[in-house]
Amino acid sequence: MRRRSVTAVVMTAALTFSVAACGGGSDDDKKSNGGGTEQAFNASVGNIFNPSTKTGGTLKLAISEDWDSVDPGDTYYGLSWNFLRTYARTLTMFKPVPGTGSEELVGDLAEGLGVSSEGGKTWTYKLRSGLKYEDGSPITSKDIKYAVLRTVDKDVLVHGPTYLGDFLNLPAGYKGVYKSKGVNTDQAIETPDDKTIVFHLKQPFGGFDYFAMLPGTAPVPEAKDTGVKYKEKVVSSGPYKFENYQEGKGFSLVRNPNWDKATDPNRPALPDRYEVTLGVESNDIDNRLISGDLDVDIAGTGVQPASLSRVLNDPALKAQSDNPGSARTWYTSINPKVAPLDKLDCRKAIMYAADRTGLQAAYGGPVAGGEIATSLMPPNIAGHQKIDLYPAGADNKGDVAKAKEALTACGQPNGFSTTMAFRSDRPKEQAVAESLQQSLARVGIKLTLKGLPTGDYFSLYAGKPSYRDGNNLGLMTNGWSADWNDGFGFLSQIVDSRTIRESGGSSNLSIYMPEVDKLIDQAIAETDKAKREAIWADIDKKIMENAVVLPSVWSKALTLRSKNATNIFVNEAFGQYDYMMMGAAK
Amino acid sequence: MTYIIRRTIGALLMLIVVSMMTFAIFFLVPRWAGGSAENLAARYVGRSAGAEEIAAAAERLGFNDPIWLQYWDWIKGVFVGSTYDLGTGPEACPAPCFGYSFISRSPVWPELVDRMPVTFSLALGAAVLWLISGVAVGVLSALKRGSIFDRAAMSIALAGVSLPIFFTGLMSLVIFSYQLDITAPGGAYTPIEDNPLEWAYNLLLPWITLAFLFSASYARLTRAGMLETMSEDYVRTARAKGLPNSAVITRHGLRASLTPIVTIFGLDVGLLLGGAVLTETTFSLPGLGKFSIDAIARNDLPQIMGVVMLTAFFVVAANLIVDLLYAVVDPRVRLS
Amino acid sequence: MADPFLKVQDLKIHFPTDDGLVRSVDGLTFSLERGKTLGIVGESGSGKSVTSLGILGLHNKRNAQVSGEIWLDNQELVNASPEDVRKLRGQKMAMIFQDPLSAMHPFYTVGHQIIEAYRVHHNVSKKVARKHAIEMLNRVGIPQPDRRVDDYPHQFSGGMRQRAMIAMALSCDPELLIADEPTTALDVTVQAQILDLMHDLQQEFNSALIIITHDLGVVAELADDILVMYGGKAIEQGPAQTIFEAPEHPYTWGLLGSMPRMDRPVADRLMPIPGSPPSLINLPSGCAFHPRCAYEPQTGGLGTTMVPELTEAGGGHRVRCHLPSTERRRIWAEEIKPKLEAGQ
Repeated sequence: MRRRSVTAVVMTAALTFSVAACGGGSDDDKKSNGGGTEQAFNASVGNIFNPSTKTGGTLKLAISEDWDSVDPGDTYYGLSWNFLRTYARTLTMFKPVPGTGSEELVGDLAEGLGVSSEGGKTWTYKLRSGLKYEDGSPITSKDIKYAVLRTVDKDVLVHGPTYLGDFLNLPAGYKGVYKSKGVNTDQAIETPDDKTIVFHLKQPFGGFDYFAMLPGTAPVPEAKDTGVKYKEKVVSSGPYKFENYQEGKGFSLVRNPNWDKATDPNRPALPDRYEVTLGVESNDIDNRLISGDLDVDIAGTGVQPASLSRVLNDPALKAQSDNPGSARTWYTSINPKVAPLDKLDCRKAIMYAADRTGLQAAYGGPVAGGEIATSLMPPNIAGHQKIDLYPAGADNKGDVAKAKEALTACGQPNGFSTTMAFRSDRPKEQAVAESLQQSLARVGIKLTLKGLPTGDYFSLYAGKPSYRDGNNLGLMTNGWSADWNDGFGFLSQIVDSRTIRESGGSSNLSIYMPEVDKLIDQAIAETDKAKREAIWADIDKKIMENAVVLPSVWSKALTLRSKNATNIFVNEAFGQYDYMMMGAAK
Repeated sequence: MTYIIRRTIGALLMLIVVSMMTFAIFFLVPRWAGGSAENLAARYVGRSAGAEEIAAAAERLGFNDPIWLQYWDWIKGVFVGSTYDLGTGPEACPAPCFGYSFISRSPVWPELVDRMPVTFSLALGAAVLWLISGVAVGVLSALKRGSIFDRAAMSIALAGVSLPIFFTGLMSLVIFSYQLDITAPGGAYTPIEDNPLEWAYNLLLPWITLAFLFSASYARLTRAGMLETMSEDYVRTARAKGLPNSAVITRHGLRASLTPIVTIFGLDVGLLLGGAVLTETTFSLPGLGKFSIDAIARNDLPQIMGVVMLTAFFVVAANLIVDLLYAVVDPRVRLS
Repeated sequence: MADPFLKVQDLKIHFPTDDGLVRSVDGLTFSLERGKTLGIVGESGSGKSVTSLGILGLHNKRNAQVSGEIWLDNQELVNASPEDVRKLRGQKMAMIFQDPLSAMHPFYTVGHQIIEAYRVHHNVSKKVARKHAIEMLNRVGIPQPDRRVDDYPHQFSGGMRQRAMIAMALSCDPELLIADEPTTALDVTVQAQILDLMHDLQQEFNSALIIITHDLGVVAELADDILVMYGGKAIEQGPAQTIFEAPEHPYTWGLLGSMPRMDRPVADRLMPIPGSPPSLINLPSGCAFHPRCAYEPQTGGLGTTMVPELTEAGGGHRVRCHLPSTERRRIWAEEIKPKLEAGQ
């Protein structure tokens, strides 16, 4: 079987750099085989493929680069949040099940979800009994408090999110456990006993259980904390512990003998080992996944362009692949601060004129790129509402007539000129800019394309108001993925005008809407989940009405399932295979 | 003797110039391009850092100091070591301190040292292979000029020179490692002191791939050199003395064509020791080349600076050795 | 009568090329005894160097067609195995090359190169060979040979290098020594010294000596026999005395007339030969010399149409010319000789 495909392999390798033309892969291909073992396209999307409870074996994982850190208090990568659950436990976690069930939060270290009081200003969690670190010492609420407070120091642990530090009622000038040693922080976090932890917030926050899911709540024993070097010797609270750790090269995890299954209903802990190799060449990763030499591409972003057409055109390979969506939207910001885009109808003209299929193709098509987006918030965000205010015609290539109407309405019947910025070393974003340049030209809107360096895109250029307004940047490519799959986790950083700083660096490039800011505050304070989700959906709609964002695609990826892995499914909370739930056949 | 001293001083001056230029490129040019100290510092803090943290980082990293002072601090660190403040207190960076990466959060030098064995194993192993095979094929081709062997060897050599290593590398991985399962997969590396056999087995494919690329040009170079020297008068003299053919070819013909090969060999090896970027990337080997690619991707200036300086050092050192070897090989250089 | 020590019979060395067959040596016959000296004289491209390389088996074997016979001490060389010829090279027959700077390997000391030559044919230790090398250097008149033995060729002066070259060639006491333009690269005083040295050594070793030169003057005092080559063929050969005193070929007259002499600047030649040597690929029809020959009209058209035979002119003197022998002798006696003498 393996030998037979040598020619195909060589041929594909020879065509490695040809652009993949992709077809198929629509949702029709999705077959329901509830927990089957039959290889089929999308078999592990919404279902568990090859379910198993068999323990033992080794899972081999690889990634082409490295991620920020394995220190739970210092990481912001989705793949890391997914993977670290093997060695770190947090207060709460997303239920590790296929399909929409993963939207639900459940207790992890905590017995259950938080109990709020003071209208959502105080949140109390009770820890399970018998929790232990890898060295056998008990995990107490004080360790969680210490862990949370260490993440406050963004000078030391630079990578992680700032939510907890921003919302906790910390003493003024508090700089974290390293610089503010001995400062009493009980006004923010109380630990009345070893099994209870109480969080006090500055303002009510209904979704605090999401914060309790953040890796920053994974306990860290103070005596073992070495600041930035803690990543080299993370103390495990989960079923696996680090056997070794080589900076930038890889590490392996082995079973943690002090983890007690009785304290952990969520983790099956099937394989005996996880072996992670960093910096593996990305085409090589695909080849090894296909050959069975590797089980997981940790990055979870899908196969390389070279492998894409090969996988789609080979029925056997296609049956071994999945096409999950992730909570990521690629979009173009429309700057209402530069003329004539300060007029709503001029912005609408862009919304109508854009060729949506062109944008989808620019990001890699329906399989590798994603589904055509009609609003900012992706469908796998809890409470997502379908909003399509600017129908782009039956063929999705844009509505030229409506666009011309809008131009006339804004006093520019012959069109206008503006500049479009994109990240110059991202070919996909360049393709987006070129596609828009063509489709907008149909109604007389002329785009001057401007590539800008990725590294400083937000800090110096598109993200800096004086630069983008001064250089007439009317359109700017952009993208965002959720910190977690609810409205706050997706929208709070990109639609709140109060995050825009004159000094640059904000991820919000074009949304200056006081009514949205007000709705955000409402949503934050709302403790009722359904009501909260309705507000976020409303925010999404208001932004679309204001035409300050042109969404392109809700991201999807073509991923390969391992031949060796069992119990494999896409956890929609991460948009990736659930690395914690997998088993290994050998 | 003066020749050696002169060359050594030249090499040292070269290193100083390279260090200044590298420093200027990475630390001065961004400033000229309009970046402030904060913009530079923003690369060293997380994506959630506020203006205050960035300003603190800029101050801590010395980006507010005049450029010459920053350079001086860097040079001083190389010789006497330095200390850095990570926010959790001062952290010693003992000499030779090639700076401190605020992205990987560790001194640069130990990371370089950590990567060196991989690159050294790869480069030196491949160098031995390509030198032997390249020269052997080149000599045979020259002696059998115009034969089928010559034409086949030179066609393969042309392919070797023109095929990119990520192509030959990925192809050979797929065929030999994943389909035939006779060589190690990408990313496999065992330190030689742990298990020399496994070390060699794991590196076999990268060696051959890299050696193929280089031996091709060495074969061509050797062939051209041999064709030239074999028609020299002194080779005819050697024949006239009644020397056996093998002695004529090796002691007289090859010896004289080795000079340019030694020169290029030294420079090639020197450059490779600084990191075989493409080979290491293709075979996922955690050596200096992969390190520098990753550093560039992360925009980690101290790491880039460190690896550039190390590469410069290897090239300059290789150049120096070549100069000295040159004198050993060719007495005319030594005595003139 | 015993066979001569060296006998070359109808030697032909041809090179097929894309432009046609190059007849570098085309039917050469001569012989040489031990202790005697033969001078082969001709302009460049006349085939004289190819002849010497052919005897040693050093011609380019891959594309040469060799026929005829070469007998060295009753051993035939043309059809002998390359390995047999190699064993003779340097041992029984040795060669001194023109321009010793390029003929000696620049990367090895002079001593090393002599030792190498000696040890190929003698199974002795390096130490013994080195002693021998020093002795040889001493023999050829190099001062402080024990020190100079470790010098590189480029540290020697031109004359010294030529002496070292001779030392190398003589290191195995060869019975046949071929010197190809041994003095061309040297200035006039050194030339004389080197020629004297070669003569003395020849006497001492009783070897047969072939001196190849474009300059009759070089062989004037040394040679017992002279062979004048033109276009790959011998056009006049015989005892040296005859060639110098009664030459019968117009080309030889020209050579005599253009002999550089110590009392005259080289440029001031009495009787230059008009034109330039012919290309071996495209030899003139008939007598190869006819385009440059002043007496061609007197051959009655034969010169342009027929290749003249090498004919016996008495006393081992052979000439390849269409002119009748009597006419040649008359021209020499009446026209050429007086002119040459007048020039003196």
